[in-house]
Amino acid sequence: MAVHKRRVLAAGFAATALAAVAACSGGGGGSGDGENVEITLLVQTGGTGPAWGEALIAAFNEEHPEITVTMNSQPGGTEGDNLVKTKLATGEMEDVFTYNTGSLLQAINPDQNLVDLSDQEWTDSLIEPFIPVVSTENGLYGAPNGTSQAGGILYNIPMYEELGLEVPTTWADFMANNDAIKAAGHTAIIQTYGDTWTSQLFVLGDFGNVAAQDPDWAEGYTANERRYAEQPALQSFLNQQEAYEGGYFNEDFASALFDDGLRMVATGEGAHYPILSGGVSTISQNYPDNIGDVGFFPLPAQEEDDTRATIWLPNAVYIPSTTEGEELEAAKLLVEFVNSPEGCRLQVELNVPAGPFATSLCELPADVPQATQDLQVWVDNELANPALEFVSPIKGPNLENITVQVGSGISTAEEGAALYDEDVIKQAQQLGLDGW
Amino acid sequence: MRRRAKIRSVVVGTIAILLSVIVFIVPFAFIFLMAGKTPAEASLFGFSLPTEWALWENITEVLTIRNGLVVRAFINSTVITVLSVTLMVIFAAMVGYVLQRRRSRWNPTVNFLVLAGLIVPPAVVPTIWVMQALGIFKTIPGMIFIQATFGLSFCVLLFRAFVSTIPKELDEAATIDGAGPLRVFFGVVAPLLRPAMVTVVVVQAVNVFNDFTGPLYFLPGDENATVQLTLYNFQSQTLNQWNLLFTDILLITIPPLVMYIFFNRQIVAGMTSGAVKG
Amino acid sequence: MAQAVIDPGVTKKRRSVRSIYPTWFYLPAGLLYVVLFAIPTFASFYFAFTRWSLQDVEFTGMQNFITFFSEPQLRTGFINTFIYGFVTSGFKVVLGLALALLLTSQLIARGYLRSVVFFPVLVSAIGVGITFKVLMDPFDGLINSSLATLGITGPAWLTDPQWALFSVALIDVWKGVGIATLIYIAGLAAIPTEYYEAAKVDGAGGWKNFRHITLPLVRPATATVVLLSLIGGLRSFDLIWATTRGGPGFTSDVIASVIYKQYQAGFYGLSTAGNVVLFIVVTAIVIPVSYLLNRREVER
Repeated sequence: MAVHKRRVLAAGFAATALAAVAACSGGGGGSGDGENVEITLLVQTGGTGPAWGEALIAAFNEEHPEITVTMNSQPGGTEGDNLVKTKLATGEMEDVFTYNTGSLLQAINPDQNLVDLSDQEWTDSLIEPFIPVVSTENGLYGAPNGTSQAGGILYNIPMYEELGLEVPTTWADFMANNDAIKAAGHTAIIQTYGDTWTSQLFVLGDFGNVAAQDPDWAEGYTANERRYAEQPALQSFLNQQEAYEGGYFNEDFASALFDDGLRMVATGEGAHYPILSGGVSTISQNYPDNIGDVGFFPLPAQEEDDTRATIWLPNAVYIPSTTEGEELEAAKLLVEFVNSPEGCRLQVELNVPAGPFATSLCELPADVPQATQDLQVWVDNELANPALEFVSPIKGPNLENITVQVGSGISTAEEGAALYDEDVIKQAQQLGLDGW
Repeated sequence: MRRRAKIRSVVVGTIAILLSVIVFIVPFAFIFLMAGKTPAEASLFGFSLPTEWALWENITEVLTIRNGLVVRAFINSTVITVLSVTLMVIFAAMVGYVLQRRRSRWNPTVNFLVLAGLIVPPAVVPTIWVMQALGIFKTIPGMIFIQATFGLSFCVLLFRAFVSTIPKELDEAATIDGAGPLRVFFGVVAPLLRPAMVTVVVVQAVNVFNDFTGPLYFLPGDENATVQLTLYNFQSQTLNQWNLLFTDILLITIPPLVMYIFFNRQIVAGMTSGAVKG
Repeated sequence: MAQAVIDPGVTKKRRSVRSIYPTWFYLPAGLLYVVLFAIPTFASFYFAFTRWSLQDVEFTGMQNFITFFSEPQLRTGFINTFIYGFVTSGFKVVLGLALALLLTSQLIARGYLRSVVFFPVLVSAIGVGITFKVLMDPFDGLINSSLATLGITGPAWLTDPQWALFSVALIDVWKGVGIATLIYIAGLAAIPTEYYEAAKVDGAGGWKNFRHITLPLVRPATATVVLLSLIGGLRSFDLIWATTRGGPGFTSDVIASVIYKQYQAGFYGLSTAGNVVLFIVVTAIVIPVSYLLNRREVER
């Protein structure tokens, strides 16, 4: 288990590496005993997962030809979460796997299932907010994979210029903009309930504002002392209801997909799309000509002083505790490589970065999209809070269905919030939290 | 009278053909047309001929993506389907035969277990534990046994009903001629079960070939991919690739279709003598 | 095609009562069933009484059942399950019989029609789900754009809370009617023609024939269709999952999809308890129905 010799980074990339990494780099590429080790890597099939995995393995093998990495892929989303739990429970997990951070990580019981990586050197370079989301009281389990992103509003810049609108910082300003856009005959707010998860953004993306008004909210929520049916959190549901009732949504909001939403905001078919800013990555692939037309601002709070960007920290790579011996050493090298400057370069090569890295070992390229630059301003001004799932282990499974109901007028904001409060009870009990 | 019947046959037949085209042919044509389009055109979802046929390019792309994942999936799915269906047909026929022929105290229990097999959903994690203990988890043979097990109930129901139409005198005559139980079953009864077997083979082959959750949980790993999993993968792409998604649907529907056309005639014969006797 | 499972031990034994229907014929199937189905299923029933994270198990008694019955979506789930199960079986019986009558009558292109009705059975639920989501798209979808050319504004099918469950049921019928038709064709073919000839002598025809000969005599086929589609319909969620995922909101949730969502959320004990409940409910419906169908048959 002792810290294994670090391998040199390929010369071309070593130049950009931090002194800490360069200093402890050992000799050539060959391993000490020259034995060939085989390990497996698990990626998600959605998006660029497999392409990233292949590029990662190729680059990793340049440095470590003695380690053979085989890639497996599996569906992401809730099916994938389940499969991960099944594999961990039955001891069949791949040697290195990608998975969520925050509340979803807590649900897979890291102390029992994962290898503690807190003795690895790259952990010193992690940014402060990332550490708790991959840690328990007993250890640190994951290395960041990808960049942070924000939940907020992607907006169409040309439409703002055409109508002479300002980026809003209060909810009232935002609604005024919506009225102006609607009056000009455009779709003001894009909603895409064909992919149900996208409906949660009015609530999840508003959490930065809730935390600004009540910094202890998350802690209280975990202890069963705060509720969504009460202010300030109820406001998130009320906002969604108000947006629906204002008639700002695109005509096909009930069936449109995430892809459609991104197309609409990129090409100016709609003005505002409340979504994760990671969407810019898809825009840059599907509509590369329009990537400069998309900007970002946080979901505004009622009061300007409370408006914050809500940050989603990146996913991470983990090693299951079933991986032992020389496979474990090889797996640690791969995890370290993911976090090296070359590893980071691969991460953003396929996925255009939607926010900052979670490790100081890596720097964003200069040509990041406009939306990412907009977000960076909020982060730099320290007007950003992590999303609820990174500060509380509680997340009810049915939120996306509940927000679809509120956003389609099937139920009211109060009903939806009350239903969600009930929904999280099961999750809290399953986790065995105190006070439930 | 004959003439009237003939006219009626043509008129009703024509109406039926028209309706069948709208209800059954159009969705399949739609899949085919989508598979022939370019990404941009496919994302419009129109029911129109592609302005530029890209069917071959799409097929090539689907087959070569991820180093031929789809091809590997085809091979795996075919192997699993053929072998598991063979197992379940033989095993279930043996059960159905004895269950129908022999009145014993076992019968109510067996009948209940068969029904339970149809109604109770399999328990994923305990099943994996058992498979691990046997060393067949994540293996093609393991998947074959699982599919054969999950298909047994349906097959037994069908065979039990069918065996009742075969005169008992045949087995008795063969026994008097000195044949043992195996010879009686495989030499005399099994050949007569052929029509029912064809039915079971078609229905179960389609079920196994089209199964998604079974392979997802019991056969993880890319070298073990099966066809429905590839479909799921295409679906979860965020890129606009509706043309490839539909090409994949088209490709993986072809084997069941070919098999069905091949067995079509005998299916009805099998149904005629079997399934309906309850 | 079969390689015989030769067991010399048995043939040699020759017990006092020698049966030509040996019990050991149950053995191969029984072995698979017990090892890969019965044992895991029984093991899982224990977990219905626990809070289970796949690794840690805590015995909680009946708590899961209490939680399951207090699920807010359960009422809708139960109602939808019954609607879905009975609507799909009803349609399959009526349409299946009608199609079978049509396809056994003198008709041009009968072979083609018989084949084409069965085609949808061959496509996987995922494939059907993807295709119909596109076809039923409220705006660009083929169905509504065709209706529009006729001057009809089609509903939003899968995304309208009023229509979603019904739309999935329609797709289910489309996909499953082929099997019902096939079973009915077989049932009709088994009716001896003498009955119809006798009826002709009596001067009966058309509706009377159907009412007094066909309908009673295809009862076994009806029983098979009803049972298979009822079990399928009450348990079904794969098509619902491939199209609406129980949505919009919870409007097309059935019990099976509620259970699946609990499973996905990691509530393994709870979802196992749900499966036990579903098993009891399905059995409670299917066994009386099966008894009723078979008893009437005997009385005849």
